[in-house]
Amino acid sequence: MSHERWTVTFIVSRRKGEQPPHFQSFQLEVDPDEYVLDGVERIWAFHDRSLVFRHACHHSTCGACGMLVNGVEKLTCITPIRSVTSNGGKVKVEPLRNFPVISDLSVDMSTFYTRMEETCAPQVVPVRGSALPYEKGLFEQADPAYERLADCIECGCCISACPVAVTTPEYQGPAVLAAAQQAFSLTGHAGLLEKMDGADGVWRCHSGFECTAVCPSNVDPAWRIMDLRRKVIGRRIKRLFGLAK
Amino acid sequence: MAFSKPHIIVIGAGFTGCALAYDLARRGMDVTVIERGEIASGTSGRTHGLLHSGGRYCVSDQESAVECIQENIILRKIARQCIEFNGGLFVALTEEDAAYAPRFAEGAAACGIEIEQISPQEALRLEPNLNPKVLTVFTVPDGSFDPLRLALAFAASGRYFGAQFHPYHEAQVLVFDGQRRVKGVRVLNRTDGSTREVHGDLVVNATGAWAGKVLAGSGAQVNVTPTPGVMVAYDRRLINRPINRLTPPSDGDIIIPQRRMMVIGTTSYEAEDVDYIPVEDEQVQQMYSDAVALVPGVAGCRMRGAYMSARPLVGKGQSGRSLARTFKCFDHLEADGIDGLVTITGGKATTCRVMAEKTADLVCKKLGLSIACETHAYALRSYRDYYTPNGGRP
Ligand SMILES: Cc1cc2nc3c(=O)[nH]c(=O)nc-3n(C[C@H](O)[C@H](O)[C@H](O)COP(=O)(O)OP(=O)(O)OC[C@H]3O[C@@H](n4cnc5c(N)ncnc54)[C@H](O)[C@@H]3O)c2cc1C
Ligand code: SF4
Ligand code: SF4
Ligand code: FES
Repeated sequence: MSHERWTVTFIVSRRKGEQPPHFQSFQLEVDPDEYVLDGVERIWAFHDRSLVFRHACHHSTCGACGMLVNGVEKLTCITPIRSVTSNGGKVKVEPLRNFPVISDLSVDMSTFYTRMEETCAPQVVPVRGSALPYEKGLFEQADPAYERLADCIECGCCISACPVAVTTPEYQGPAVLAAAQQAFSLTGHAGLLEKMDGADGVWRCHSGFECTAVCPSNVDPAWRIMDLRRKVIGRRIKRLFGLAK
Repeated sequence: MAFSKPHIIVIGAGFTGCALAYDLARRGMDVTVIERGEIASGTSGRTHGLLHSGGRYCVSDQESAVECIQENIILRKIARQCIEFNGGLFVALTEEDAAYAPRFAEGAAACGIEIEQISPQEALRLEPNLNPKVLTVFTVPDGSFDPLRLALAFAASGRYFGAQFHPYHEAQVLVFDGQRRVKGVRVLNRTDGSTREVHGDLVVNATGAWAGKVLAGSGAQVNVTPTPGVMVAYDRRLINRPINRLTPPSDGDIIIPQRRMMVIGTTSYEAEDVDYIPVEDEQVQQMYSDAVALVPGVAGCRMRGAYMSARPLVGKGQSGRSLARTFKCFDHLEADGIDGLVTITGGKATTCRVMAEKTADLVCKKLGLSIACETHAYALRSYRDYYTPNGGRP
C-alpha cells in the first residue's frame, strides 16, 4: 500500500445469459499497490452492481479469483495493479479460458472439481515432504506429525493456460495430473497410475510447462506430470516382469 | 397424514448460511439458499482461518470460550479435510503479558481448554522462529482452516441432503402475504438479470454484516454496524501452529500459518458501508510490527496480500431479545411482530455449526416440529462435491 495515486482503465469482459460477450471500460483511481481484485470489487461496489466475479479469501488460499489479466492467468487477489500496468494504462480482465463462463468473470468449476475429487488428493498433507523434491531442505526439519494445507488451491489457472486443454476438453489437465502425482506419492495407490496412463492422461501433455509458468502456488504441475510419467512407466515395467500386483 | 416437507429459504451462503442449510436439509426440510456472490464471498471467505481453541476468550468471555472449544473438537472430527491441526501457542513477550498468565491459566481450566505451560526453551524447540525473548508460553489446541473449503464442505453436505444453492442470486426484497407474514423473497439472478419470487414457509436472514441492509424497508429491523478488521499475509511459513500473544484480546494478537504462508491479524474499527471497505496503509504497517514482535523472521518475508473483512456489530438499541448471547438470533415475530422471518448473525467461523443448530431448533419450533440435530455426529462430505453436478450423490 502506498499514497501514490494512478488512473487506470479496467477493460472488463461482460457476459449475461445468452447475450454475446463484450468489453466494458471503467476508469478508476487506484493505489498501484492495491490488487487487481480490489479494482474489480470496487467496480462492482461503485460503478456496476451487475458485475459477477468469483472471490473469497483475498489472500491466495482459496483459489477462487483466477482470471486473465492482460491476457495472462493471474490470481487477482495477490496481483498488484503496479505489476500489470502503469499510470494511465489499461488492465484487461477476462474469465479463465477452457472453463464454461457462468457470467462476466466467473467460470464453472464443476468438471475440474469432479476430476480433482476422483484423484482423492487430500487438501491436508504432512508438512514434511509437502514441498517439491528440488526445493532442498524446505520443511524437511518439520516434525513428522505436523500437517498443512496442500499447495494446490484449485484455481484453474494452469488449465486456462494449457494449450492441450484448449483442443481436448477430455484431457485431465495439469492440476488434476499433479493432484494424482501427489496423491500417489502419499498413498502409493496404483489405481491412480492406471487411470492417468491413457490418452487423456499423462501422455497427452506437450511438456511446454505453460501450466507451471502461471501456477501461483508452487505446485509446478508440469514437473509433477513428468514425475507421474516416470511412475507410470515404472509400473508398466514391473508389470511386464510380473512384479506388480 | 403424509409429512409435507417445509420449505426454508436461507439468504446468505457464508459459514452461517452453509451450516444452516446443511442442518435443515439433514433434518428433512427443503432448503433453498440465495447468495449474492459465490459461496463465502462475504466475511467468511476473508477470515483469518483460526480454528479457535477458546483461549482468546477464556478470561473475558467464558461462554464464548466454552462454545469454541466444544466446536473446535467437533470440527476436528467432521471437517478434518480442510483443517491444519498442529495445536497453537500463547506467548508472553513482556512482563505485562506475563502477568496475565495466571488469569489465563485459570480461565482455560474453567472453560475446559487443555493447555500446558512449557518452558521458553521448549517453545523455541517447537517453533524455532518464535521471538527468542518469550517469557511465558502455553500450548493450546488451536488449528487453522481454509475458509472457502470449510464453507464448501458444509454446503456440499447440504446439497447431499437435497439443499439447493443459488450463487450469484441476490435477495432484493422480502415478499409478504398481505398480513405481517413473510412468504418469500424476490430474487435477482445476477448471471442474466432476470428476477423471480421464491416462496417458502420461512425465511432465514443469514447475511452477517449485511443483515440490516437485507431487511431495509420490510418493517423488520436489525441495527448492524460493520466493524472491519485488517489481515496481512506473508509469503513464507516460518511457524507450524498459530502463535497468539498472551494478552486480553487486542489488535495484531495472532499469527497463523496457512499453506506456505503466514497471516497476521487483526484490527477493529467501525465502517459506514459494508460493501467496500478499503485497506488502510497504517493498519498494514501496524500488522507488520505486531507480526515481527511475535515472529521476527517476518521482517525477511514479502507481503503476499492485505485484506479486510467486517464483523457485524449489532446495535445496542436493538429491539427484540437475541436467543443466544454468543451470537445474535432474532425471531422477528417477537422482535417486530413479523412472522416467518428469523435473522442469525454474529458468532465465529469456529462456532458456525452450533449457531446453525440453535437456529434450526428455532425454525423447527416455529413450524411446530421436533427433529433432533445430527450435524455434530457425522463427517462432512468432501468440499469438492459442492461443485459436482449431482452433489456427490450416486
Ligand atoms: C477480521 C475478521 C477475522 C475473523 N477471523 C476469524 C477466525 O480466525 N476464526 C473464526 O472462527 N472466526 C473469525 N471471524 C468471524 C467469522 O469470520 C464470522 O463469524 C463469519 O464469517 C460470519 O459468517 P456469516 O455467514 O454469518 O457472514 P458472511 O460470511 O458475511 O455471509 C453473509 C453472506 O450474505 C451475502 N449477502 C449479503 N446480502 C445479500 C443479499 N441481498 N442477497 C443474498 N445474499 C446476500 C453475502 O454475500 C455473504 O456471503 C473473523 C471475523 C473478522 C471480521
Ligand atoms: S506442460 Fe502439459 S499440462 Fe502443462 S500446459 Fe503444457 S501441455 Fe498443458
Ligand atoms: S496447479 Fe497451480 S495453477 Fe493449477 S489449479 Fe493448482 S494452484 Fe492453480
Ligand atoms: S480470493 Fe482466494 S485465492 Fe484469490
